[in-house]
Amino acid sequence: MKVLADLKYSKSHEWLKEDGDVCTVGLTDFAQEELGDIVFVNLPMVGDAVTAGETFADVESVKAVVDVYSPVTGVVTEVNEELIDNPAMANEAPYDAWLIKVAEVTETEELLDAEAYEAHCASEKE
Amino acid sequence: MGSYIPSTGDERLEMLKAIGLNTVEDLYAAVPESARLKSLNLPEGLSEMEVAACVSALAEKNKVFRSVFRGAGSYRHYIPSIVKTITSKEEFVTAYTPYQAEISQGVLQSIFEYQTEICELTGMDVSNASVYDGGTAAAEAVLMNVDNRRRKTVVISETVNPGVIEVVKTYCGSRNVPVTVVPAKDHVTDLEALKAALTNETASFYFQSPNYFGILEDSEALIAASHEVGAKVAMGVNPISMGLLKTPAEYGADIACGEGQPLGLSTAFGGPYLGFMACTKDMMRKLPGRIVGETTDAQGRRAYVLTLQAREQHIRREKASSNICSNEALCAMTAAVYLAAVGPEGLQKVAKNSAAHAHYLAQKLSEIEGFKLVEDKTFFHEFLMTCPICPYCLNERLAEHGILGGLPVDGGILWCATELNTRSEIDNLVALVAEIVKEEASK
Amino acid sequence: MKLLFERSRSGRKQTLIPDCDVTEFGFDSSLLRTNKPNLPELAEVDLDRHYTALSHETFGVNTGFYPLGSCTMKYNPRVNEAMAALPGFTELHPLQPESTVQGALEAIYRTGKLVSEITGMDDITLQPAAGAHGEYTGLMLIRSYHASRGELGQRTKIIVPDSAHGTNPASAVMAGFTVVSVPSNEQGGVDLDALRTAVGPDTAGLMLTNPNTLGLFDPNILEITKIIHDAGGLCYYDGANLNAIMGHVRPGDMGFDCVHVNLHKTFSTPHGGGGPGSGPVGCKAFLAEFLPKPQVKLEDGVYKLFDPAQSMGKVRTFYGNFLVVVRALSYILTLGKEGIPEASAGAVLNANYMMNRLKDYYTVAYPGLCMHEFVLDVGPLKKETGISAMDVAKRMLDFGYHPPTMYFPLIVHEALMIEPTETESRETLDEACDALIQIWHEAHENAEMLHNAPITRTIGRPDDTKAAREPVLRYQF
Repeated sequence: MKVLADLKYSKSHEWLKEDGDVCTVGLTDFAQEELGDIVFVNLPMVGDAVTAGETFADVESVKAVVDVYSPVTGVVTEVNEELIDNPAMANEAPYDAWLIKVAEVTETEELLDAEAYEAHCASEKE
Repeated sequence: MGSYIPSTGDERLEMLKAIGLNTVEDLYAAVPESARLKSLNLPEGLSEMEVAACVSALAEKNKVFRSVFRGAGSYRHYIPSIVKTITSKEEFVTAYTPYQAEISQGVLQSIFEYQTEICELTGMDVSNASVYDGGTAAAEAVLMNVDNRRRKTVVISETVNPGVIEVVKTYCGSRNVPVTVVPAKDHVTDLEALKAALTNETASFYFQSPNYFGILEDSEALIAASHEVGAKVAMGVNPISMGLLKTPAEYGADIACGEGQPLGLSTAFGGPYLGFMACTKDMMRKLPGRIVGETTDAQGRRAYVLTLQAREQHIRREKASSNICSNEALCAMTAAVYLAAVGPEGLQKVAKNSAAHAHYLAQKLSEIEGFKLVEDKTFFHEFLMTCPICPYCLNERLAEHGILGGLPVDGGILWCATELNTRSEIDNLVALVAEIVKEEASK
Repeated sequence: MKLLFERSRSGRKQTLIPDCDVTEFGFDSSLLRTNKPNLPELAEVDLDRHYTALSHETFGVNTGFYPLGSCTMKYNPRVNEAMAALPGFTELHPLQPESTVQGALEAIYRTGKLVSEITGMDDITLQPAAGAHGEYTGLMLIRSYHASRGELGQRTKIIVPDSAHGTNPASAVMAGFTVVSVPSNEQGGVDLDALRTAVGPDTAGLMLTNPNTLGLFDPNILEITKIIHDAGGLCYYDGANLNAIMGHVRPGDMGFDCVHVNLHKTFSTPHGGGGPGSGPVGCKAFLAEFLPKPQVKLEDGVYKLFDPAQSMGKVRTFYGNFLVVVRALSYILTLGKEGIPEASAGAVLNANYMMNRLKDYYTVAYPGLCMHEFVLDVGPLKKETGISAMDVAKRMLDFGYHPPTMYFPLIVHEALMIEPTETESRETLDEACDALIQIWHEAHENAEMLHNAPITRTIGRPDDTKAAREPVLRYQF
């Protein structure tokens, strides 16, 4: 299970990258492994508001649908159209296959660093 | 009397002993005593012979009309014998939903073929495997475009079949989606009224062509007006007419749907029927109901599976856009066989014959004093005509001759003709009508 | 197998209807479609053989044992088919004058009365075309009721156990409610404490099936319905599992206010590859005024259609899946007073018999007496051998059995739900158990083979992922 050191992580298995004013959100390696083959991602639209701790998207595998939670409050400035056409990217390269970019961030959830996230995943596996 | 249980009483006693019980009552130990039923207030069971007699007697209490000139949402067409043979095959009749692909390639492939045929009929990219009927198809279609952002209302034309309007109202009402019914003007959708009703909150507009009165709507204008405000259009069509007339796709509609009963299903006192739904590619993931897709197995062999299941209730549960589970699978197969039996030439022939007979009927009736087409507009195989005498009285007299006359509507009669209503049948009807009218006049 | 379109040859056709005997009507060319639809062009013999080939790749109840949990795949009697094919039913136009369809109206009325008696209800509609459709209709009765008392704005929640079928929450949302899920307790029944916490002034109602999707009869049922009623809510019974209890206990006597039944499960009408079904909805007298329109009544010996005073509207055009209702009528008349409870007892006996034979091999999710179905938890076997419920199910195909329901209910992770029904002989049950036991041995001795199962069908496991990622939903010419 891969974890990148320079990202922050939520307990619900999303990653967050902060780059100045813009945050990028995606699914972790743990999440994609649990889900199995991802077949579709239902993303919000540019301009939609997202709220920390609330769902903003869902991800479909063949047999399941899973909600994705936003780690931040803000406004969606970009959605990853490529991911809609090629959902397999989320399995193959979860840290490259971002879901949304968010600006006007007013609130951030309490997030874990790479080490704490690894520990969290280990405890979930039991 | 029978219960279709193979085991004898003795065998069942042995089985009870094998699981450590003594009586049948022991099986229901968990049921609270106060709720236990003493006995059912039902008649005694019957042998097969008696049941057949009993139910046949009910069938005999109904009048089967030799000659039917009534449509209004249910149409009598010629059903090829091959359709009945194929759809009576026990495997097709008794199979379950094809969730297990390896054991269900027969059913899955037949659905894939049905989906393809519906796409060809309507010009659309994607079809589902069926919904219950034309009414629920319309309701599901308009709700496909309702979102929780801006598109919150639905508009429907008054010229749609009244039963369909009722179903749409019920389904939208429970989801708190307001429905506006655009009035008819001269028995077609009032375009100006439609434009006034459409707003940038309108999710969908639904109309049917031919409409309830048999008249072809100005589909192009209606669709353009809807798209102007960003509303999607669901267009209801008669599937037989699709053998001849311009398709919803050609008109630019987003969803095509309707009642598939004319495709090889008997009128059957209203059911089971067949709701078909097809849409453009970009609406694919909003389409409710089961969909079959093509894929391969590990050896590269072509295989069919239920796919895009993450749209459906068994996965999305409360987030599913529709709760539909069982559909009208065998009716869809019936339609598929019918379409394969008639083929493109045959379907066009059925459409042309139906239209020709209807126009012949209209022409002949209008030669009788007091019978006049209510609207001078293009119709397919149904039309509304005035009637100089009470329409119910006319029909009562026609019934004596085994004829089901047109449906009394708006003070006139909505007549229908299909390929089954031959020229001589029509001549016979018209002669009778003239006679009846003359008799009534002389009273 | 070839597709119809691959067998098609240009110009081939059948002569089904005569040439037109009147002048063709010339529609304006702007109204005509540009190209003919690409429908198959086949001679009758080729069409016939095509579907024969498809039927050989279809598993019906006539083919073999079909122990699908929650589906009640009982035998579909032939006499029912014969009755549903009578021209006196099939040739009726739904808008014929009522005086000409007294037999049809009587069929609907009588079936309604029989099902009402079996379920302990006062009134009933036969309009819904399927179980899920019936759920929506039943929830609409609840919605209409609260609306009529001015409480709909306040009562927004429907309580659903976590073991419920997916249609339950989906139907609740369609009816304009939000869903509150309550957990099951260790015995598989509704957790009463959780239920008491979940109810309140915002409770519109409860959706429940009993026995539940684990095949267990909830002994607290009277308390459960009381809790809901005390909070001012109504109780809806999902009749999918009625085959366990019909004739022994009635939903109406367990505290339910409305119910749906599945004619295509409990009442033997065939599944047709996924439909048509029929989902009649019964209710207590106080809800009758909200039923869909039209209803059938008997007045001075004449059957009439009428619209209930506060009808919810229509959930389908016309009156329902009439020919399916005819089949169910035949069935109920055949079974009668004694046959109905005999059938359900037979179903419960068969399920317990199978469970008893399998319990020394597979883990039974909830040991003890089951009702008409039981759940095997393949989790322990998976831990031990790596063989999952999916593998077991797929291997059953090699033995000629339709696999049981997999991965439902969701609260048992590697679930196999088995429902034999009453229309199976002892030897069929024994042979099926023998096969499952052999598979259990194979799991320990030859796990690799099981992972590749099925090996004897015309296709192996299809690539579901590819089907969803790259949808091909129609033939491309």
